[in-house]
This record gives sequence, structure tokens and C-alpha cells, in this order.
Amino acid sequence: MKRLTGLKKRNTINFYAFIAPWLFGFLVLTVYPMLESFRLSLTNTGFAGDGDYIGFQNFIQAFTIETSVLIAFKNTFLYVLMFVPCSLVLSFFLGWLLSRQIRFLGFFRSVFYIPYLTAGVAVTIMWGWLFNGTFGLINYALSFFGLQGPNWLGDKSTALISIVIMNLWSIGNGVLIMLAGIQDIPRSYFESAEIDGASTWRQIISITIPLSTPTIYFNLVIGVIGAFQLFNQPYILTNGGPVDSTMTVSLFIFRNAFEYGKMGYASAVAWALFFAIMAVVLLLQASQRKWVFYGDS
Amino acid sequence: MQTTYKIRSIKSYRVKRAFLRSVVYVILGACTIICIAPFVWMLLTSVKSTAEAYRFPPTIIPKKWLWTNYTTGLQKANFLLFFRNTAFVAILSTIGTVLSAQYVAYGFSRFKCKGSALFYTLMMATMMLPNQVTLIPQYLLYLKLGMVDTYLPLLIPAWLGGGAFNIFLFIQFFRTLPKELDEAAFIDGASTFKTFIHIMMPSVKPVSLVVLVMSLVHHWNDFFTPLIYINSTNKFTLAIGLQFLNSSMGTTKIGQMMAVAVATMIPVLIIFFLAQKYFVQGIKMSGMKD
Repeated sequence: MKRLTGLKKRNTINFYAFIAPWLFGFLVLTVYPMLESFRLSLTNTGFAGDGDYIGFQNFIQAFTIETSVLIAFKNTFLYVLMFVPCSLVLSFFLGWLLSRQIRFLGFFRSVFYIPYLTAGVAVTIMWGWLFNGTFGLINYALSFFGLQGPNWLGDKSTALISIVIMNLWSIGNGVLIMLAGIQDIPRSYFESAEIDGASTWRQIISITIPLSTPTIYFNLVIGVIGAFQLFNQPYILTNGGPVDSTMTVSLFIFRNAFEYGKMGYASAVAWALFFAIMAVVLLLQASQRKWVFYGDS
Repeated sequence: MQTTYKIRSIKSYRVKRAFLRSVVYVILGACTIICIAPFVWMLLTSVKSTAEAYRFPPTIIPKKWLWTNYTTGLQKANFLLFFRNTAFVAILSTIGTVLSAQYVAYGFSRFKCKGSALFYTLMMATMMLPNQVTLIPQYLLYLKLGMVDTYLPLLIPAWLGGGAFNIFLFIQFFRTLPKELDEAAFIDGASTFKTFIHIMMPSVKPVSLVVLVMSLVHHWNDFFTPLIYINSTNKFTLAIGLQFLNSSMGTTKIGQMMAVAVATMIPVLIIFFLAQKYFVQGIKMSGMKD
């Protein structure tokens, strides 16, 4: 009995001794900032620090008086709605193609992965050049098909779509996660379906997709959370323009906090973004039991 | 009758199969071109003169290969200095991530007590937390501590577990290791810390290598954190240095710009080709099966 409590105590001490670095970071760099961010959102704090308590004035300002926040939210939602479904369909399709016991699998895997791996400022700048309305490669390629491409990033109706396209180009990680998921499906399922005369299409619908739903769900959640925070391309290439068409919530928060010094106001918008993401993630989680298949375990 | 029918159907089945096969290769080939063409175009632009880059219709192969774009561009971009800064940050962050993530993961996977399940859930939940909601107070905190415009805000999180995702990868692996492994060491009289150092760390080496390569690339590419915290030009990393160059000279010297962009990507590509195996393993591990 005594030994058992001794073991218990030892476990407790060890647990906290090992998680200590994370716990410290969690308290100081996550819990405290979250609470503090909420407090700031109720103040008019500027660069210097201390501000006065102003109640929900920042939220009222953001969502009823100023239209720019609503535009930023609209653009962000629009981006999520365009990018996430496209990236899921495309990464599933490409993952499935790669699972077809093809030759040169290693080669194709690298080809898809490199755009994801190199994604950063250099690649973003490269895309800015590719999308150049007059001298860019994309419009040059389109001209071979007799098409006159738009001014992509310079036109308010195509700027956000251009960013969707460049980010779809680097979904290689999602493709390979899908591939790994599909490869985990026991081969025997497909073999018996084959013997029963099921067509390839039928096999995709009845075996591959249902058994890949956990992977699809994983990619969906990761994709939604990432897409809601779109920042790099609007910041580097368009600066939110033209006419605010690529102004995202993240860029709005960054500008208000670090360029205009409106820390309180930016915190309020950050909390609104946090709620939006949580709402969508919880919705997805609730929907999960309806369509995600976790097998018998 | 029966047999000829069967043979024909097998034959048509084979033809159909071969056809589908070639469709797969055609699509994958097209995707390969789409993935590679932007890089090729970037490389070709990087050796064109500004006048040639701005010509319509464009010349595919440069008329004159202007290799000086690289020497001039890299010099203008302060490339060597920024390269050193980036390498410093990326290497120190990576070491911190690899060490602290497995240390913390060992605690989560081996010791159960009151509250351990709650902390595990909280740790996993931070993966979903958008960084905007903690960003501003974090900045104000670092500002108060006098750490803004130093590398500390970039390095500290890496040494405090290095993010929930990396901790999770290690936890997954620790769970597959038999408990007898540490119990035997404990019975032999080794302290828990010693057991961790001498028994556990060598056992999780496969995951360490995966986290090492992924973290190295992640920190090499990171744009947002240095953008927030680094102000002095001589402390810039390549990511913000490149953005700075882009906003100051941008499209006026497009050849030089592309040359610097190419040079920035090369280390990542080298890491990838040297450690491909570990990246592939990392992808397999990250397809969560919890």
C-alpha cells in the first residue's frame, strides 16, 4: 500500500518535471497572452502600453461602424471557401493517382513535395512575377490557347483567386498525407471488390473515400485553420489591394497592431477571428460523427 | 461460344486497363510540368537583363546569360549576412525543438497522474489556436523584457517544447516502445532522467531525425515571426531580407530579384535531397491516427 502511494507520488513528480518546459511556455506564452488579449480588446491601448477601459467599444467600432473589418472577414471567408474545398478534392485526386502502383513514385512524390517545402517569401515573389499581367508566364501560356489572361494580382476581381491558385500549387503535403492514408487501406478490400466485378469508380466511391475520411477530415481541419490565417501573400504581393480585395483578417490585425499601433482594437479583431475559427472547427467536429469512418475499433 | 466470349472480355479489360494506366501517367506528367515550370521560369528570369525580362512576347531561353545578376543581386541583398543570421536562428531553434519536444513528450507518454489527461488535451488543443490571438500580448511581453529586436522571441518557443505538433509526433512513438524498457532501467537503479538520456533518447532517434529536418526547413522559411520581432537590418533573416529587397527594388531589377530568391531556396532543396527519407516518414507520421 505504502509502495503504491510512493509510486503515485513518483509519477506525479516525474510528470511535472518532464512537462515543465512546455507548461511554462503554455502559461506564459499562451494562457497569459490569451487572457491579456481579451483584456486589451476592452481597452484603447496604443503602442506605449496602458490604455483605458472602454467596454465593448472596439467590437462595436469593428462590426457596426467601420466597414473595413467586415470586408476583411468577407475576403477571408471567401478565401477559405475557395481554397479548402479545392485543395481537398485536388489532394485526394492526386493522392489516389499516386496510389495506383505507378512507376517512378519516388520521383512524383518529390515533384509534388518540393513546392510545399520551398513555400516562403522566395516562392511568393516568384508567383508575383508569374502572375504579371503583361510579362508573366501564365498569361503567356494562356496566349497559346488564344486566351487573353487578366491582370491577376492587379485586378480586384482576380487578386484573391490568384492567391488561391498559388497556394493550390503548394498542397503537396496534403497530397502525400492522402496518399499515405489510401495506402493504409488493406489491399484485400480492393481485390475482393475486383472479383465481385466492381468498377474502378465504384471502388473509389465505396471503399477508398469512406476509408479515407479520417485523413480527409484531418486535412480539412488543418486546411481551415491555416486558410483563416492567410497573411504572407497579401502582405508581400498586394498589400491587401487592389481596393481591399485581398485584405484578410490577419493582415488587418497586423496593420492595426504594428503599423497603426492600435493594440486594443487589433486584439478585439483577433478575438473575433479566434471565435470564427473555433465556431467552424466545432461545427466540423460535430459533423464528424456523421461522415468520418473510424473503422471498428 | 462461352469461351470466346470470355477471352474477348479479358482482352477488352486489358485494353481498358492499359488505357487508364496511360491516362494516369498523362495527368501526373501534366502536374509535374505545372510543379516544375514556375521554378524553371524563375531560373531563366534570374539570368536575364531587365530589358529582356520585360519583353513581349518573352524569350524563353535568355539571349544573353547575365550571370552577374547573381553576384550583384546577392551583394545588394546582403545575402551572406542574412544567410548567417538565418542559419543561426534555424539551427538553434531546431536543436531546441528536437531536444525539448522529446523531453516533454516523454513526460506525457510515461507518467500518469491527476491532471495528466487534462494537460494532454490542453496541449493538443493549442494546435488549433490561431497565433493572432496571442500575438499582441506576446509582443508586448517581449517588449517589456527588452527582447524585441533580438533573436530570443524566435528561439524561446523552440526550447519550450517546440510546438504541440512535434511533441505529438514523439508521444506517438514513445507509446510504441515497451514499458519494460524504462522499468528495467529503473530497477537497475537509474534515475528517471538518466533513463531518459541513455535509454529513451537513443530509441526515438528515428523521430528526432524527422523533426530535425522538418523543423530546420520550417525555421528557414519562417516569415511572420522575424517580421514581427526583428527591426534592425543587420539582424534580418533571409525571409524578411528578401521581402525588404522586393519592396525596395522589386520589379525594377527583376533578374537580380529572382537570383536572390533562387539562392534563398537552395539550402532547403539541399536539405530535402540529403534527407528525403525522413521527410517521407514525417508525412506518414503526421497522418494522425489517434
